Amino acid sequence: MSALRILVPVKRVIDYAIKPRINKAQTGVETAGVKHSLNPFDELSIEEAVRLRERKGPLSVDNILALSAGGPKCADTLRTAMAMGADRAFHIDIAEGNDGPEPLTVAKMLKGVVEKENINLVLLGKQAIDGDQGQTGQMLAGLLGWPQVTQASKVDVKDGEGTVEVVHEVDGGTETLKAKLPMVITTDLRLNEPRYASLPNIMKAKKKPLEKKTLADFGVEDQRRLKTLKVTEPPPRQGGGKVEDVGGLVSKLKELGAL
Amino acid sequence: MFPIARSSVLRAARSQIYPSRACNQPSLSALARLLSTLAVLEQRDGKLQQSSLSAVAAAQKLGGSVTAFVAGKGVKGTAAAEAAKIKGLEKVVAVDNEAYEKGLPENYAPLLVDNIKSGGFSHVLAAHSAFGKSLLPRVAALLDVQQISDITKIESEDTFVRPIYAGNAILTVQSTDPTKIITVRGTSFQGTETEGGSAEIVDGTDPNAPALTEWVSEELTKSERPDLGTASRVVSGGRGLKSKEEFDRIIVPLADSLGAAIGASRAAVDSGFADNSLQVGQTGKNVAPQLYLCAGVSGAIQHLAGMKDSKVIAAINKDPDAPIFQVADVGLVGDLFEKVPELTEKLKSQA
Repeated sequence: MSALRILVPVKRVIDYAIKPRINKAQTGVETAGVKHSLNPFDELSIEEAVRLRERKGPLSVDNILALSAGGPKCADTLRTAMAMGADRAFHIDIAEGNDGPEPLTVAKMLKGVVEKENINLVLLGKQAIDGDQGQTGQMLAGLLGWPQVTQASKVDVKDGEGTVEVVHEVDGGTETLKAKLPMVITTDLRLNEPRYASLPNIMKAKKKPLEKKTLADFGVEDQRRLKTLKVTEPPPRQGGGKVEDVGGLVSKLKELGAL
Repeated sequence: MFPIARSSVLRAARSQIYPSRACNQPSLSALARLLSTLAVLEQRDGKLQQSSLSAVAAAQKLGGSVTAFVAGKGVKGTAAAEAAKIKGLEKVVAVDNEAYEKGLPENYAPLLVDNIKSGGFSHVLAAHSAFGKSLLPRVAALLDVQQISDITKIESEDTFVRPIYAGNAILTVQSTDPTKIITVRGTSFQGTETEGGSAEIVDGTDPNAPALTEWVSEELTKSERPDLGTASRVVSGGRGLKSKEEFDRIIVPLADSLGAAIGASRAAVDSGFADNSLQVGQTGKNVAPQLYLCAGVSGAIQHLAGMKDSKVIAAINKDPDAPIFQVADVGLVGDLFEKVPELTEKLKSQA
């Protein structure tokens, strides 16, 4: 094992602080004119890739490839990733308008990229905050037959042989796993604190290579297995008003049968 | 004439395919017999994880036969025997092999794939826990199936409901895959009866796939408290607690007085007031207790995603405009450092 060649898939999603609105036809969420940003978990994976380079561990980072699939605006997302430290980017051009490719399709596409670009570490977010599916990393690892660690909170390259120790979050605490590269890791909130891209880096990112590709370049079709029947508002919850003091709180809770 | 004939043929065909939409009951039960579900159960040191029983509850809602699956060291005498007592199970497939003890997806996924294929299951369900989330997508990819994550409702054998956008939208989705691979939200599927059944325990097939990953260690928070995901009462603290010391001083006694599990907002977890595993929200745990009592929690979208299905929500916060009050059944505006201890005292004196 000589060096790390990292792939960081990123997704452009509605900004986490915005409350999404359902469209009138109940087919999806209103996206036009809504602020979008990089999926928060993907920021963590770029940051981790960059830190692996900066840490100067036993394995140097040869290359960080950022990738995003979607409409033309994905290019902005990729520029952000490059401003944070990714070396180059692939924009997989997919017509806007549908919900984007399903995780299985994305995983198949990523497998193609991994093989063509000779990648040995894929860092993905644990879930995209729009679809909340949390599948792509595991699916990719399965298709490649690689080890996987989900919800990583610490990544440590142990030696020049490519042994990686990862602490990851499980129900009730954490677990430490060890595997050999190549592998797939998905990131959790506690992994790191992503940096802000500085202005000079944003300028430099404009000169970094951004290649446009299609799903077909990796032998994948945007085939959909799941059909959206409808998207609706969750049942509204009405606040029950306020009470004056602790006594009022206790008696109201008793009245509601909660005590 | 022809179009009419065609449409009636289509209708007949459709009623075969979508039993729930057909009006005649007999065809529904006929189809339900073809439905066979594998509920993947998680075990730890021979004990079934309670949270994984939601897979059985969901499988029973689907109808058809339900088989449970457990694997690990010596499970036939322990977790599988426990699973066999679950009411309504047809059988329990057990694979006794230490290699699966830690539930590592690299060898557990091929194991499941082999057993799904040999059992010819139409549905495979697991709880949307760390174990299920890590394992099932890998299984789905190996079977070339698009998984459906974190469902909250079953509409029919191929149509499911799941929250998206941190629970701000509810998606109804229909799967065209021959095998449905699904993770289920624990709080939406409950009430599995763990006694009274007597399912047969059978050996599963064991492909002995290589492990690829080595389990090194774990660090679990030991606690006598009820499990956060299934507790009937949850007391939760947020950024307003200011420090870990204050969190422990204020929140723990309140939880004790109610016999409640302890939760925390992301802000509280990030600031180190509480352990990561206690985070309630979109990227943490989903809870739906009888009572969710929170103090110093503002009520960000991501937090609400994890608790707004609670039966009764009570909030104490000094900011009268905090979004938490829009969902709380009972709100008290005030300083939590004053109000919470007062509440704790009151609850104690009544106990």
